[in-house]
Amino acid sequence: MANDDAVAVKEPKAPRESHARRWSGLGGGFIAKLLLMALVNALALTIIMSAWNAEAWAILTLSIVLIVGADIIYFAKRTLPLKYLYPGLIFLAIFQLFTLAYTGYVAFTNYGTGHAGSQQQAVEATLIQNERRVDGTPTVPLSIVRDGDTLGFAVTQDGIVSVGTEEDVLEPVSGAVVDTNSRPTEVPGWEVVSQNELFSDQDLQQDVIDLRVPVSDEAEDGSMRTRDGSSGAIYQSSIEWDDEAQTFTDKETGTVYYADQEVGNFVADDGSRLPTGWSVTVGFDNFVRAVTDQNLAGPLLKVTLWTFAFAVLTVLTSFGLGLLFALIYNDDRIRGRKWMRTVFILPYAFPAFMSALLWRGMLNREFGIINDWFFFGADINWLGDPWLAKFAILWVNLWLSYPYWFLVCTGALQALPSETMEASRMDGAGRWRQFRSITLPLLMVSTAPLAISSFAFNFNNFTIIYMLTEGGPPFPGTSGLGSTDILISAIYNISGVSGGSADYGLASALSIIVFIVVGIISAIAFRQTRKLEEI
Amino acid sequence: MRKQIGMGAAFVATAALLAACSSDPEPAETAETTSAEPTVSTSEAPEAIDASGQTLTIWTDAEREGAIQTVADTFEAETGATVEIVQKNFEDLRNDFIAQVPTGEGPDITVGAHDWAGALVEAGVVNTVDLGETADDFEQVAIDAFTYDGQLYGLPYATEAIALIQNADLVGDTAPTTWDEMIAMSEEAGFEDRPFILFTNGTSGDGYSAYPLQTSFGAPVFVQDESGSYTTEVGMGGEAGQAFAQFLYDNGSAGTGYFSDTIDYDTSNQLFADGESPFILQGPWMPFFDDDSMNLVVSPMVSAGGETAAPFVGVQGFYVSSQSENTLLANQFLTNYMATEDAQRALYEADPRLPALTALAEEFSADPITAGFVASAAQGVPMPSIPQMGDVWDFWNAAEIQLITGTADDPAGTWDSMVSELEAAIG
Repeated sequence: MANDDAVAVKEPKAPRESHARRWSGLGGGFIAKLLLMALVNALALTIIMSAWNAEAWAILTLSIVLIVGADIIYFAKRTLPLKYLYPGLIFLAIFQLFTLAYTGYVAFTNYGTGHAGSQQQAVEATLIQNERRVDGTPTVPLSIVRDGDTLGFAVTQDGIVSVGTEEDVLEPVSGAVVDTNSRPTEVPGWEVVSQNELFSDQDLQQDVIDLRVPVSDEAEDGSMRTRDGSSGAIYQSSIEWDDEAQTFTDKETGTVYYADQEVGNFVADDGSRLPTGWSVTVGFDNFVRAVTDQNLAGPLLKVTLWTFAFAVLTVLTSFGLGLLFALIYNDDRIRGRKWMRTVFILPYAFPAFMSALLWRGMLNREFGIINDWFFFGADINWLGDPWLAKFAILWVNLWLSYPYWFLVCTGALQALPSETMEASRMDGAGRWRQFRSITLPLLMVSTAPLAISSFAFNFNNFTIIYMLTEGGPPFPGTSGLGSTDILISAIYNISGVSGGSADYGLASALSIIVFIVVGIISAIAFRQTRKLEEI
Repeated sequence: MRKQIGMGAAFVATAALLAACSSDPEPAETAETTSAEPTVSTSEAPEAIDASGQTLTIWTDAEREGAIQTVADTFEAETGATVEIVQKNFEDLRNDFIAQVPTGEGPDITVGAHDWAGALVEAGVVNTVDLGETADDFEQVAIDAFTYDGQLYGLPYATEAIALIQNADLVGDTAPTTWDEMIAMSEEAGFEDRPFILFTNGTSGDGYSAYPLQTSFGAPVFVQDESGSYTTEVGMGGEAGQAFAQFLYDNGSAGTGYFSDTIDYDTSNQLFADGESPFILQGPWMPFFDDDSMNLVVSPMVSAGGETAAPFVGVQGFYVSSQSENTLLANQFLTNYMATEDAQRALYEADPRLPALTALAEEFSADPITAGFVASAAQGVPMPSIPQMGDVWDFWNAAEIQLITGTADDPAGTWDSMVSELEAAIG
């Protein structure tokens, strides 16, 4: 029991416990912890109670687990490392892992505009869509009546009150009383449900909405329904749902639509389908589609190539230009260096989307000052030509991002040991040799990881693309993608957030691919940079 | 209840129905006594409904929030229900509605544009609305716009359409009636270079803005059936479409140069406000209507091809969620509170768009500018809300911009291949 001995020996010495555990003096540390934990618990309780009210059981369970975990960790003695890790782990789980897992899940479904909900919801929606008002029938005053558990409608037509239920056809009754709006207020043999009661009882409302009272023994005459509880009209459904067989039958044509769980639609034998579908798991279909769909694969390939070109070229050009300026303005002989450096940083200080919009205006073929001032009013279609638009994107992004590299390189240059430089000069190295063999390698040690993150950032640099060209000029075809679209803006288009029909499944699948690509490239690159440090 | 829907028509039309229900005369007789009785023993005026404890959630954008709040306040005061108004960006409403309604987190009602109807129906998130006889109080184009596959899916409240806006200081206040007349007026006033501004959304192209010109050649995007619903049959092919393509080409960079792909929103604003051109085809959202120093005349777009220049009419309105747990209350709110003239007036005052309620449209037409836009909308067609419209834009805009820039030197061929590609994509 060496351990115990060690503790026993140490005990007389300074106590190892933290302020937060020890009650010494005023006990400030402990009280602070207690207060903090009380706050955290209060917050958790609020969340738990809201979750209870909203009947969000997953959130409820999760919150309970997390808060119990937090209490155990922060009040137990043995969990010291977890005290530091726990908050971070929670945030990691919620903001990273959950999003990742959920995107992954969506990538394997056909979730999108036509497949938004569950099959049950699709059935309900289809029934709604196919229940039409019978032509030429009027809207009539209506009251809800009740006899025990049986609900019915009392309607006034031509001053005659008729009552009916789901089972019993509307039949005139005598002795009814109506109000000034002709709504029945008293019906012999029936209890009239007051509006107040109706609107304070949600279940009753639901029953009322679902209630259909046939107007005659002939089904094709339709049935009375109400939408607001005070007026009724005659409706006729043109489609019938068979819950056993899971089929819809069109009453007019007799076409039978089967629930196809492969595609998430009601499909007839002849291939026609009902508009509303539901979300189903489709396996790798989305991934396969991204590479095989004729409308999509070609444009996506071009987009991918351009994404790489854009990210690589942006990093190279802006790094190069930033480094060049950093070298020049690091020279002691230049006067007013501080002032000039400040001016250089300006593009970096403007919000990127604003600069991009400004450039968009300046690059306008007819009215932009670029053509007017620098090209003698020539008619250069900067944003309308596929190659010029690509160039414009690179140019504007260079303008936006070289100040960053200027800053970073200036800092790194100033941190270089001056002795090394001096030594090399004494050894007879020229400026170029110095730069190539000493400055650059040493600079790369600190800037290469930044270059990699800059690559990853530009790989997903949505702002510049969206603000400058919106991905245009468009490729021919319906892909909706264009010559300057990068993967992330293509995903944005496909997801339908910008309008048009949404396909979240495909968009998620592409996001996963982008994530994997960026991940792999970053991993390889970071591995490479470790070699740089060995210099 | 405050207002019952259309009793008048009920009395005229129901007799046959009841006769069908009851073949023997006896109930009819008792009914007659009933009908006599109520008139005597009519109870006191009906009180407002009491929906205390119920919450109605409405999504809106910032512009309309105030107006909806006014109506909601009345509704809350009269019914005791709580109305929760959630403000979102207009661009987010559609997709959020599609995403949230199936999860049960969606609203009961949302503000929206009519051309979402197709997507909302496909997603199964929207309920039908029955305005009953109140529907007759609205402009026909507004009701048609919210009608999808024969069913009404929303309560309209505002319409919008582009019209020909003319700077009367430059060319006088007589509105031209044909394309040639308009060009002549401009040239006379010294605007040979830019007699007319056509918005092309920069290099993206904008079929929406050029649509009145296109329809004046008789080339609608989709063919409408006799009920006014759009079919998926592409209508802009053939000779009419080719003629329009030729027209774009002849007036683009390769021809007169009237159209160019450099006109985006800011540029068109600036050009017109600076008096660089006397005519522009734009909507009521342009900022220069707030500027009193310009004398503007608004009139329906002139015809270039001989037929009526029909712009797309966009209609704003309210949708009810198919998963709402308060459908009754939501319908009460829409039909008895929102569809009233007072409420529609409040909406107009909060966000002046052309009212969809005919009475209000006529009332506000006292203002000549509003009258011009109303007249333009009246000769317009609803923007198709069928999902296939989503496929149209890419092909259509791209083809138009190619014609305008003159990069396509065979206008008819370019147009035909666009139409056939589109037909292939729609399937």
